[in-house]
Amino acid sequence: MSIWEYANPKKFLTTTERALPWLWALAIACLAVGLFWGFFLTPDDYRMGATVKIFYLHVPSALMAINAWLMMLVASLIWLIRRHHVSALAARAAAPVGATMTVIALVTGAIWGQPMWGTWWEWDPRLTSFLILFLFYLGYMALWAAIDNPDTAADLTSILCLVGSVFALLSRYAVNFWNQGLHQGASMSLDKKENVADVFWLPALVCIAGFLLLFVALVLYRTGTEIRARRIQALQTRERAAA
Amino acid sequence: MIALFLRDLKLALRAGGGFGLGLAFFLIVTVLVPFSIGPGTGLLSRIAPGVLWLGALLACLLSLDRLLALDWEDGTLDLLATAPIPLEAVVTVKAAAHWVTTGLPLVIAAPVLGVLLNLSPEGFLPLVTSLALGTPALSVIGTFGAALTVGLKRGGLLLSLLVLPLYVPTLIFGAEAARRGAEGLDPATPLLLLAGITAFVAALLPLASAAVLRVNLR
Repeated sequence: MSIWEYANPKKFLTTTERALPWLWALAIACLAVGLFWGFFLTPDDYRMGATVKIFYLHVPSALMAINAWLMMLVASLIWLIRRHHVSALAARAAAPVGATMTVIALVTGAIWGQPMWGTWWEWDPRLTSFLILFLFYLGYMALWAAIDNPDTAADLTSILCLVGSVFALLSRYAVNFWNQGLHQGASMSLDKKENVADVFWLPALVCIAGFLLLFVALVLYRTGTEIRARRIQALQTRERAAA
Repeated sequence: MIALFLRDLKLALRAGGGFGLGLAFFLIVTVLVPFSIGPGTGLLSRIAPGVLWLGALLACLLSLDRLLALDWEDGTLDLLATAPIPLEAVVTVKAAAHWVTTGLPLVIAAPVLGVLLNLSPEGFLPLVTSLALGTPALSVIGTFGAALTVGLKRGGLLLSLLVLPLYVPTLIFGAEAARRGAEGLDPATPLLLLAGITAFVAALLPLASAAVLRVNLR
């Protein structure tokens, strides 16, 4: 029993089909509990008032926006090294989800920034690097859409993902150099003492788990769709060849 | 490799259009800027380094889709792929030829356009240095983008969508060096970082470009 068994599309589909209802249920439960807890059961912040509550959407979506790209990077590497089609399709399936997460993070950040910083948008390093990340997602998806041959498309997008990762990282530190920011530093971490009080932190953790589960469920679901679409394409090609 | 380099240079110079087009574009962008923001010299001299950098970047972008497409169409690329030199060398030479025909004229023209935009006197040397250090990176990154989209029918727009985000670090450090120079600050740090980026992409990106080209030629 190894992880590579799931490179077989049939095995992947049967397993994910059994796991998906549970994943959906868990994701929805986590999101419902976390958001309800965050929105209604936590006190307002003494400085930021009720606006702090958007943090329960902003932080998880921002985390998933970056992690989605990392997942695409791993999937692209697996495709380039071991040439498992499921892996390439998973990377393709993750891109729109990651792009959506980036938009959610940007929009919720803007909504929070308007009352707090007095501006919807500021050319702050974190904000700018997220906008650049969004452009990378757009380019990646556009390249997938532009190429007809699925294997060529998978190869080219995988290499673009590798190169893009390096440049996204470069841009991240270049914009730091370019402008000092308004955005606060990291307020949550695994190893340091938290500077977010437990009342806010626990529901946020549930929300992060919810977003993570939602992402996994969406990617598995979309990968299944991609596999089926690929099968239909193969069947049609075969039919046309037979006719 | 030298023969290939000379061939690319000759084609760019003689076959009409390619050479000089980028330069003319650079000139027009620079002329349009005062029309769009007003002729006030104070504002113009403040934004001059950024405008010149952006203009150079766009002029570079403009000529990218011709970089490999012509060789792709007439089958030269297939021959080059089977030639005794590695494909990595081919894309490096292509990028070098692109820089000599597009980047270098921009570097030389930039001071003249700087006069038009009322660039402060101490800003000229940092501007030229930063462009000379940065435009090779633009050519190398652009070659990667051209290699990615070479097999596509209408790759031009996609090419800019793919390449422009990759240009961000180069633009940041280049424009920052030029801006610091124009304001009389020391431009050494961004210049060194810019040179670092150029060296980095020139060393590693041809590998990716060649890999992409191999996929496209398959």
